[in-house]
Formats: sequence, C-alpha cells, structure tokens
Amino acid sequence: MAVSPVATRAPIYEGTRIPHPVPTVLRVPDELRATGDVMTVNFGPNHPSTHGVLRLVVDLFGEDVVGLEAVIGYLHTGFEKNMEQKTWWKAITYPERIDYLSYQANELVFVLAIEKLLGLEIPPKASWMRTCLCELNRIHSHLVWLGTSALELGAISMFWYCFREREQILDLFELVTGARMHTRYFQAGGLAEDIPRGFFPEARKLVEWMPHAIDEYEAMLSRNKIWLERTQGIGLLSAADAIALGQSGPVLRASGVDWDLRRAEPYLAYPEVDFDVPVYHEGDVYARYRVHVDEMRQSTRIVAQCLDRLEAMEGEPWIADDRKVVLPPREELHTSMESLIHHFKIVTEGYRVPEGEVYVAVESPRGELGCYVVSDGGPRPWRVKFRAPSFVALEATATCMSDALIADMIAIVGSLDTVMGEVDR
Amino acid sequence: MYEGVPGVTEVVEAHGETTVVVETERLVDACVHLRDEEGFNFLSDVSAADYLGWGEAGVSGYIGTAAGRDLNAPMTQGLQVLPRPKPKRFSVSYHLLALSADPRRVRVQTWVDDGEEVPSVVAVWPTADWHEREAWDLMGIRFSGHPNLTRILLDEDWEGHPLRKDYPIGGEPVRFSEEE
Repeated sequence: MAVSPVATRAPIYEGTRIPHPVPTVLRVPDELRATGDVMTVNFGPNHPSTHGVLRLVVDLFGEDVVGLEAVIGYLHTGFEKNMEQKTWWKAITYPERIDYLSYQANELVFVLAIEKLLGLEIPPKASWMRTCLCELNRIHSHLVWLGTSALELGAISMFWYCFREREQILDLFELVTGARMHTRYFQAGGLAEDIPRGFFPEARKLVEWMPHAIDEYEAMLSRNKIWLERTQGIGLLSAADAIALGQSGPVLRASGVDWDLRRAEPYLAYPEVDFDVPVYHEGDVYARYRVHVDEMRQSTRIVAQCLDRLEAMEGEPWIADDRKVVLPPREELHTSMESLIHHFKIVTEGYRVPEGEVYVAVESPRGELGCYVVSDGGPRPWRVKFRAPSFVALEATATCMSDALIADMIAIVGSLDTVMGEVDR
Repeated sequence: MYEGVPGVTEVVEAHGETTVVVETERLVDACVHLRDEEGFNFLSDVSAADYLGWGEAGVSGYIGTAAGRDLNAPMTQGLQVLPRPKPKRFSVSYHLLALSADPRRVRVQTWVDDGEEVPSVVAVWPTADWHEREAWDLMGIRFSGHPNLTRILLDEDWEGHPLRKDYPIGGEPVRFSEEE
C-alpha cells in the first residue's frame, strides 16, 4: 500500500467539470437561454428507467442536455427517526430496508457500530459467515444493477440472465436465514442462527457456476457494438472530480482510483481473504460496467474461500458468549431461570449500549456505506445517521451529464448504481 | 497532530476514533487546514445530532430501584447513569477520510444552538452540498454561505424538522376530522 491510490496517468479530462456555484445543479448558460430554444423537460419521478422514484428536471437544447437538477425525497420514510424509537435489538431490522438490494451490508454496518460501542468481539465463524453473505449480496446487487441497466438500454435478455443467478442467491439466503430479502441474520455479537448443513453444497454449486454465468453476460455485452456505442465515452468523471464529489465504490474505481475499504480499512475476515480490486481508468459508463462485472468475479472468489474456512468450523460458536447482549440458547430457556430472565429482559427492554459516538464504514456494493451512531447509554440509539453511497452518487449526475445527450441520460443515471430507498431513507 | 488545527478547542479520543472539536466561526479554516495540510481530501459524511433532553429522561437500566418499577414507562426506570452533558443543543460532525496510501479518519465536530448558523464547507468539498441540505431539512441547521440551501428530502412547504427531538412522532394532522 505504498502506492498512491490515485494513478498518475493523464486525467480523463482537464480541469474540473463540477458545476459552479451549486455543485449538483447544471445551470443553463444565459446566452443559450436567450436563444429561446431551451426546452425544460420533467423526467420522473415515475419513469421505468429511473431505478425507482427519481425526478430529473432537464433543460434540453436540441438533443443536448444543457441543464439538470435531480430532485429526490419521494421515498423518504424516516428510517433514522424510527430507529431512535426502537431498542438496539429491534432497530437492526431497519437498515436492511433502507437499501433493498444490499441488505446484508446495511445490516452489517449498523451491527458493527453497536459492537464497536459495546467493545464486543465476535467469534471467527460469525466473521467468516458475514463476509460470505456480504459477498453473495454484492453479487446479487450487481446482478440486479447489470440486468436493469442493460434492460434500460434495450438489452432485455440480460435481465433474464441476471435474474436467473439472482434467484439462486436468494434461494441461498432463504436456506440460511429463512428470508429471501431483509434477512436479519446478523446479531450484535455474531449470527442469529448456526449455518444450516445444506448451505455448503448449494453454495458450492453457485460458486462453480458463477464464472460461467459471468462469461455469458460478457459474451452478450462486453463486445456488443450497440452496448459499446452507448456506454463508451459517456458520463465522464475524472478521478479528482470523483473524490471532490465524495464518490465511492464502483464509480470511484471506474475513474481510476484504486480504493476499496475492504482492503484499505479491513474489517470482518477480509484481511485473510485473497482478492483483487478491479480498477479502470476511462471514467465512463463502460468502465463502471467493467468494474461491476469484475467485482462479481472477485466476490465469487471470496465466497469460495469463505466456504472452505467455514466448512472446517463445524460445531464452533457462531455468536459471542455475552449474556447481557446475546440471547441465551433456546434450549436453556426450559431449564434455567436466569436464561429465561435474560431472554425476557433483552427482548422487552433491550440491552444497554455504552455512551459514545462512532462512525463505521464498510464497502457496500455501492461504495462507502457509513453509519454514525450516538448512544446515551440507554437501550435505544440516540441518533443514527447513514452515509448512503447512493445519495452521494446522485450528486455526481450534474457533473457526469455536462456534455451528454438526452439519450445518454438513462445510461449515466443507471451507471451510478443508485437505489432510491437508500437515497431518500 | 490536531493541535495545530485552526479554532480547535478539544481533541477527544474515544472508541478508537478521533474527534476534533472546533469553534463554529473557524470551521472552514479548520477544514481547509485538514484538507491541504493533513491530506483529508475526502468528506465522507456530515451528520447532525440533536441533544435536546440529553440525560434528562431516565437512561434505562434493568436494575430495579427501592421505589420499585414504573411498568407503564418501560426503559425509563432503574439506577440512572446520566451521560455527560453536551455544550450546546446541536452537534454537526464532519467525517473526513484521507483517501491515500495511508488511510486515516477524523471527525470534525462543532456545536450550535437553535438558530445559530454553521459556515458551509461546500467550497472545500463539493460533496457537502447535499449533506448540508439534508441537515437543514431534517435537523433545521442553517449553513451560511451554502449556494442552494433548500429542503432536499421533504416537500418545500413542509413545516418543522423531523429529526429534532421535539418533533412529534406519530399522529399527523388529519383534515376534516371530527375535532375540527
């Protein structure tokens, strides 16, 4: 890690394209406005190509996008306020629903924040299983991204191929946690349940099949003339602008910045896992596509390593042995009065988390997912704030769109990989 | 290392994280210093928190008291451990990251009361634009010098700032109800 993450090659474009004075609003130049040929078009909030309820107010001069403002908030549901009313234990269900495609990562970041405040160590089996599920979830999220983004550009078959493998992953989640989405499998201290026996053979099947599936996706898109024409050189974002705009994840790595929190600030079992961080230097939509596809390959590699380690951990504990925080084993409830009391207390009143404030960040499929938690020492969080990577990614729309055509807009918005639930929270 | 930050009043180390508390007036100077001298080129997040009523309501406990327990107010009984008082009502925390070969994080924090303004850092990190709008929208903190400080998640005509502790939860006004 002695090398600077920002590569020293020629920049994608000279200078900065971040609009001034408002970095997120592209304003129509006065001389263009004076021509009287600028047409303002409202796009969304309900539009099949916006990945949810995003509204864009676009100024068009012919086919050129000359002005743009993103309007968000249509999916605001007050998750952060709600979490302040719940015990820590119950609040874990909320973050998953914020980003409905990478629920494991969202759940993880909140659980890690609780554990950081509590100073709770988790057993290695829990750590490896969390890594495994988070990587499966990354593949799942990237599949949905790839399928829908290609669909929006007219490649409908991609959607079916991607959702074929997505189903397999959801089946795995169901096998482990009982739920296909919003699994709530991570507890403060470890996992909610032990790994079921049937998980390993099924997961191995996926790990073996996945590289072939990714070959199929690449065969359909990577050298597809239409796909190349519609994605290459579109939506440019330089490394300097990406950092200034707080971009993270695949968007940042497609702009030539070699940065991944899994490697830079390792958490869970990532220090012991062997994987590469794909970086592309073109900063366009195609580069973002390449990063996503390569990341799926890397995630498959990580899952395979996790399975090897986990299979050797049969019979090991999956949750920390701290009775003030962790529910007692179910079978003890029939024989031990203390266990019953602990169970009752944790479920009804919740556990107490020491006073303090922490910021925990993980690499979600969309980039740096942060969680700022304040505790007053009570059984409920005082304040929870999520640093949503999708929210930040949308800040880059105006910059990416500074020389775009109306037809490129869909490709660019799609390439930023935003989940509107997470943007609006 | 952070003693040279302009306007610094306190450097706190807790839970393995560093918090640099700075005077509100010198926030921009502090941020420019951290960006240019200390290499914090990446603003991860701006988080505002409301400490109204901090430590006043009972801070839980499942240890009973001699007076027994008030079963109607769960989570408020027991031996109370009061958290340390806060200097003002609102904190605004800037989570900075040095995106470099030597990754580091620091939290810059400043305190304000209701109605006081925080200088905007949009000129330092453009990404602060939406973060500050969100803090204004949900927490009601004004950022002076922000080029476009409007509501972002809620409607333009929304009243109040929902993440404040005195904002009512549940029960929204119903038009044409019987009481009206």
